[in-house]
Amino acid sequence: MPNQKKLIVSHAPFWHNGSRVTDRSRQLLLGAAPAALFGIYQFGGPALGVLALAMASAVLWEFAFTRVARRPTSVGDGTAAVIGLLFGMLLPASAAWWVVVTGTFIAIVVGRQIYGGIGANPFNPVAVAIAILMLSWQRQMDFDIALVNFPFDFPALYPLSAVKAFGTQAIQHISMADLVLGRQIGGIGTTFGLGLIFGGVYLMLRGVIRWEISVSFLAGVAVTAFLFNLAHPAKYAPAGFHLLTGFTLIGAFFLATEDSSSPVNFIPMLIYGAVGGIITVLIRNIGAFPDGVVYAVLVINLIQPLLDKIRPKALGKVA
Amino acid sequence: MLKKPVPGHGKPCLEYARTTGRLEPVHVPPAGSVTLLHRRPAEHKALPALKVGDAVKSGQKITLYDDATGYVTAPVTGAIASLSPFEGNFGRHYTAITISVDPQDVPDEQFAAARSEATLSTASAFLAAAPGLPPLQDLGNADRPVKTLVVCGIDDDLLVFTQQHVLRARGHDIEKGIHLLKEMAGFEDVVILTPREAVQGYGHIGGRVMGVATTYPHMLPELVMAEVFGRVVPAGRTCVDLGFCFMRAEAVASIGAAFDTGRIPVTKMLTVIAKDGVGRLVETTVGTPIDVVLNHFGIALEEGDRLVLGGPMRGTAAYSPGQPVRPDTDAVMVMDAARAADVSDYPCINCGDCVRVCPARIQVNLLVCYLEAGKYQVAEEAYDLLSCVECGLCSYVCVSKIPILQYITLAKYELTRTRQAEGTNA
Repeated sequence: MPNQKKLIVSHAPFWHNGSRVTDRSRQLLLGAAPAALFGIYQFGGPALGVLALAMASAVLWEFAFTRVARRPTSVGDGTAAVIGLLFGMLLPASAAWWVVVTGTFIAIVVGRQIYGGIGANPFNPVAVAIAILMLSWQRQMDFDIALVNFPFDFPALYPLSAVKAFGTQAIQHISMADLVLGRQIGGIGTTFGLGLIFGGVYLMLRGVIRWEISVSFLAGVAVTAFLFNLAHPAKYAPAGFHLLTGFTLIGAFFLATEDSSSPVNFIPMLIYGAVGGIITVLIRNIGAFPDGVVYAVLVINLIQPLLDKIRPKALGKVA
Repeated sequence: MLKKPVPGHGKPCLEYARTTGRLEPVHVPPAGSVTLLHRRPAEHKALPALKVGDAVKSGQKITLYDDATGYVTAPVTGAIASLSPFEGNFGRHYTAITISVDPQDVPDEQFAAARSEATLSTASAFLAAAPGLPPLQDLGNADRPVKTLVVCGIDDDLLVFTQQHVLRARGHDIEKGIHLLKEMAGFEDVVILTPREAVQGYGHIGGRVMGVATTYPHMLPELVMAEVFGRVVPAGRTCVDLGFCFMRAEAVASIGAAFDTGRIPVTKMLTVIAKDGVGRLVETTVGTPIDVVLNHFGIALEEGDRLVLGGPMRGTAAYSPGQPVRPDTDAVMVMDAARAADVSDYPCINCGDCVRVCPARIQVNLLVCYLEAGKYQVAEEAYDLLSCVECGLCSYVCVSKIPILQYITLAKYELTRTRQAEGTNA
């Protein structure tokens, strides 16, 4: 039958649940939006500038690299924009333009594209970029120095540096409500605890991030901080303080949960998150840095392939 | 089976179709000719023992080659109109035998004469190609005794309700069939599988009735074995190895009806699923071209549509609507070009959805890396390739739209082929 309509042949299944990478990126941007918008409200124009430059430069680096490497352009999937936004949210509002552009270069090119692009990066690109910046330009990344010229109606003191230097009496004036409602200084998108929790829960419910990782990360922080506080209440801050300051919440919901660098099995996810939380508090309390989330995320990224070896026995597997 | 991201919230489960009340199948007569597909061993050079123009009677056994073990059963009376090669999936070769239908139906008497001796060899000699395709070749092997007959009264794919209807409508034939099979093959136990909430009402048929969860993919044999019988099929082995024979309700009914009436059944029940997803129950002669069935309902195929033999999760796409309804075609589905799932060459992003959804607990995210690289041996040894029950849920949920199930079936096929080649060369 030569005039027959041509049919398309493909392999089963013929249905798909409609999930797409672009949708996941959109959900992530949406989940990060409350905290980012609050950052713009709190820090004003400079914060908007940093976030916009971070997203734009991340997308441009992605585009440029895929062109140079002759790979199909992957800007459309939105993952570069997510990396850009999260990176910007971790910076102080006063970050210089060259810090932002260098940072997104590290995140996109060094952190991700040289490994093969989406899904191939062993470390969270944002954590890689922030870690390198923290080591390279300490003064740019020190929130007490960076935000000194901003007028706030609350004591402009980076809580983690304060507690590290002066013990818990330095943070007596900070109430939990202040921390939840963003009356603290820090990265653009990291101060508004309520917004981050709201966005994180939303992403968990949509299944975009794996709830096991976030919950165990927060539990790891809480338990370790509680034990430290129990042992030495004057020196180490209580658990609630550690949960709501620094990068803890953005780390638990947005950094540790990055798909490519985190495990997928239940028990490995719990270990991964908990180890991340424990290392965070260890670095904060007895390490060299005021905040340890970024390094903790890199360490758990490192052990992720090993952790994912802990897996359930497949159906019908002998021995 | 779809696990939800957070307890109590998330994606819906995929429910099997369920028939309610009494359905009347629409009878579609074959228009002019029927086509039968006769499996031909590869590299087969011998000429067919049949030629164009030979007369056949309905129910007549057609053997094309003297040395071939298989046969097909002529569903109509008529004459051989053409013999042509037909290429199936995975390099399977067939000979398509087209028979022009004679309005005068003359039944073949060979089976009627042989049926007085109700033995397995009689059944194997005449009923192996009956509607429902009873797996008679698995029975009667002394080295591998099969003790339990599992009558599937629920289809293993979504939207399809053929076997559910057969179990409900042909209780008498199934009862006869179970009785005969027990005697012929020495089954010690007969289990009838139905949807879990429909277990009442089949007790009289002659077997234990057991319910299966009504969400996909719990009806797949390996999962039934684990969840209903508490027996795990070792990876790479089959249910038959453990002494369980899964048979469609329709196959059991065919055997019952054949010995009861002395005529081999020639009509196949199937679900025809239109583009809107609505299924219709159809009864047609085996070998009827699919376009005849579709035309009967005015279902038009457009350029780029997909024609699927079977259901949406496990069916196979056909490249031509002229392909016939086979004895094991439980469903025919037409999908609009815009609605069929597409695949992409996007890399795995390690989101873990496939791992969470896999009923066989396979590390799909790792497995697919090896399959993409063609490392089938490693995939089999270290990443549980052979544990896969081929439900297709991994491809269904894949964010990157990787054709995971296709990779898996290809890998299994390639491994079997390598083994066979090694066996021949050794």
